[in-house]
Parts: sequence; structure tokens; C-alpha cells
Amino acid sequence: MHRDNGSTNFNLNDEISHDHNHDGIDRRGFLKCMAWAGTGAFCVIKGGVLNSYSLSGFPFGKHAPKGDLAFVQISDSHMGFDKAANPDVIGTFKAAIDKINALSVAPAFILHTGDISHLSKPGEFDTVDQLLKSASTKDVFLVPGEHDVLNDDGKSYLERYGKGTQGAGWYSFDKNGVHFIGLVNVMNLKAGGLGSLGGEQLEWLEKDVKHLSKSTPIVVFAHIPLWSVYPEWGWGTEDSAQALSYLKPFGSVTVLNGHIHQTMQKVEGNVTFHTAASTAFPQPKPGEAPSPGPMKVPADQLRTLLGITDVNYVRGQHALAVLDSSLT
Amino acid sequence: MKTRTSILAIAILSAAVSLTINPRTFAATPDDKSASEVAIKIDNFSFSPATITVPVGTTVRWTNRDDIPHTVVSDDNSIKSKPLDTDETFTYTFTKPGTYSYFCSIHPKMTAKVVVQ
Repeated sequence: MHRDNGSTNFNLNDEISHDHNHDGIDRRGFLKCMAWAGTGAFCVIKGGVLNSYSLSGFPFGKHAPKGDLAFVQISDSHMGFDKAANPDVIGTFKAAIDKINALSVAPAFILHTGDISHLSKPGEFDTVDQLLKSASTKDVFLVPGEHDVLNDDGKSYLERYGKGTQGAGWYSFDKNGVHFIGLVNVMNLKAGGLGSLGGEQLEWLEKDVKHLSKSTPIVVFAHIPLWSVYPEWGWGTEDSAQALSYLKPFGSVTVLNGHIHQTMQKVEGNVTFHTAASTAFPQPKPGEAPSPGPMKVPADQLRTLLGITDVNYVRGQHALAVLDSSLT
Repeated sequence: MKTRTSILAIAILSAAVSLTINPRTFAATPDDKSASEVAIKIDNFSFSPATITVPVGTTVRWTNRDDIPHTVVSDDNSIKSKPLDTDETFTYTFTKPGTYSYFCSIHPKMTAKVVVQ
């Protein structure tokens, strides 16, 4: 029996070839389809059947699946960044909001997976809050990135976004039968280390999911990937295994992250890991540059490497349909 | 012959005089700030040089040449810079000997050390 061995880059040879969920979803086909998503294909799981459509020639959202819950993930807006990789992060953030507003199924809310600001400056947060006011949904749930907690151990982040959260800003909420968990893994980072959740948050998480029915779909969102994408560049979380162990009994777990400024996906048993593109600037693929910093590309290519993620949940189906789309 | 020798003598004398008038040009004294300040460059998600050894009393100046902000934080948190954007600097004067391991608190994989003797 072949098992997904935790490859960091999507690799067709590492797909799961067993139907673990017994839901009739051909995982080989699903993973193949998700690999095409970056080049303009669109995968929808509805009633256990995988359908794929080409996006070329169609206005985005025309074939958006109608499910029980639709929401959008955006990430890494880095408001305040103004270097060569993108001198206009306000413009690209506005384009992302336009994209959200053009969705044929309006999202119920927006998840922002952090690095909202570039330097944790009040004006930068203000700008993002202001720009979000023109989104079709005013409901926004956020978690901080390391750029959001630079000056005062995250106090100003919490003053702004901490209502209803605990500790460094973690929390959970329910929408249409789906349980959402926002985690913070950018505090107290140790020299040479990766992202970190910490004991207090892990204890909270264990209690938070303990009494949920195991058929409750779970969506976890946090800034730094909760799987080991590329440890050499800090793209991973030291204690995520413990967090994931609390989620193991659940039939459907979707983990949404940011931080790496590119889309990536991995499926491991009942857990789908997904990272979103940035709305500000792209970063190189693991190991393809000396360092993970802002990647300069020709101006006409920039918006093809930035984007939003549309997520749809159909009640009764195990896997959420996750679709990335670029700003152009 | 005598003229050439005289010219040579004058030249040597002038050089000797300028040496005494401008000691700074030829030798740095312990009070000279530029001699006891050491530069570390931050670029491409790394500190360079990654390890430096300096005498007690040295001021180290970190300059961020990267296009992303970085910090300088010692492992024990006793040295802590504010976030440095591109071209911003941070200085610290090491008054006690020891090995000071530090890292960037935003990108903790960036590590380096200053050895003070």
C-alpha cells in the first residue's frame, strides 16, 4: 500500500491511492486536478464526483459550485512594503478585493492568514481595514503573521484584532456546521527554529475540539504552514504534529496557511493542507533561490503570481473544494 | 650628485614631518571610533560575517541591505534591535567578554555570533 510520505512539493508519485474516506472520490484524479489548478483548471467535488473545468475564456466564478458555505482566504498583504518586487501593494490588494467581489457566489466571510502589515505600523493596519470595507462581505477573521507582531510582542495587533481571542490571538467559531480554528504560530520564535504554537495554545486546542462530533468538518487557519514545506527557510511549525494529533479523529480537516507567498497543497489522510498566494509579492519555490525573500518578476507577470483562494463546502462531502485564482 | 642627495634628504624630511603632523593617517589610536567599530551586513536572509571576534569595547554596526526587514536579537534577549528596514542600522557596544549568539526574531533561521575577547 503506497502512502503519502509528506513530500513538500506536489509530486504525482506521492499521491494516496486508497479511498480512505470511502466517499468515492478518486484521489489520484483529485490530486492531478489540483496540480492543474495553478495553470487555470478548476476542480469541484460535488456529490463525491470530481469535475474539472478549464478557466480559460470564462469569467472567473461562472462555474463556482453552489454549496452550503463559501468563503475566501487572502494572505500576506504586507501593507507598507514598497520595494522592487511590488511598489504598489495597495493596488494589488484592491485587485484582490475586486476578485472577491466578482465571485458569482459571494463569500460569507474572509479569512486573512497574516502578514497583514509589513512593519506592524498602525497606518498599515488602518489601510488594510479601510480597503477591506469595499469587500462584498464585511466579516473578516484574521490571524497574525510575524510581520504583524514586530514591536510590542503583538500587543497592538491584539488591541486591534484580539476581541474574543485568547493568548496571542487564537480562537474558534462555527459557521454552517463547519468548525473554524484560528491559530497563532509566530510568537516567541527561537533562534534557528520554525513556527511555534506553544503549550498554552496546544492545551486550548485539545479542549476546543474534544467534544465535537467527529463528522464536524474542521478548518484550521494559521500563518506559517503547519506542515513541513521547507525547514531550511523556516517554512514549518515545530509543534504542529501535536496539534494535528488532536484533529486526527475528524473525518475532514482543511488547513489553510500563508507565509510562503505561493500556492501549495498536500493531502495526508483526512487532512488537506493548503497555502495561499500573497496579494503583495511572490517568493521563490523551495530551494530555487539563495533565500526566501521577495521575488522580482517582470511587471506583466506579477499579478499572475498573486491571488486569492475560494473555498466551498458542500454538506455531507468530506473534502472542501479549494480553488486558487491569480489576480489576472 | 650633491643636489640629488639634498632633494632626497628634503623628501625624507618632509615625509617625516607629515608623519608627525598627521598621525591619524598612519595609525589608529584606541580612542579612534572608526577603528573600534565593526560592520556586519544583513543581506539575503543572512548576517555576514556570520562569526566575528572582537576586543572588549568594540561597537558593532549592523546594516540591513536586504529588501525585507530583519532584527538583531541575542538568544538571551539582552540585545534587541527594533525592526530594521532596508538601509537602517543598529549598533551595540560590547563591554563584557563572552560569546553572543544572536538571530533575527522575524526569520529565526538566520543565526550568527559575536565573540568578544
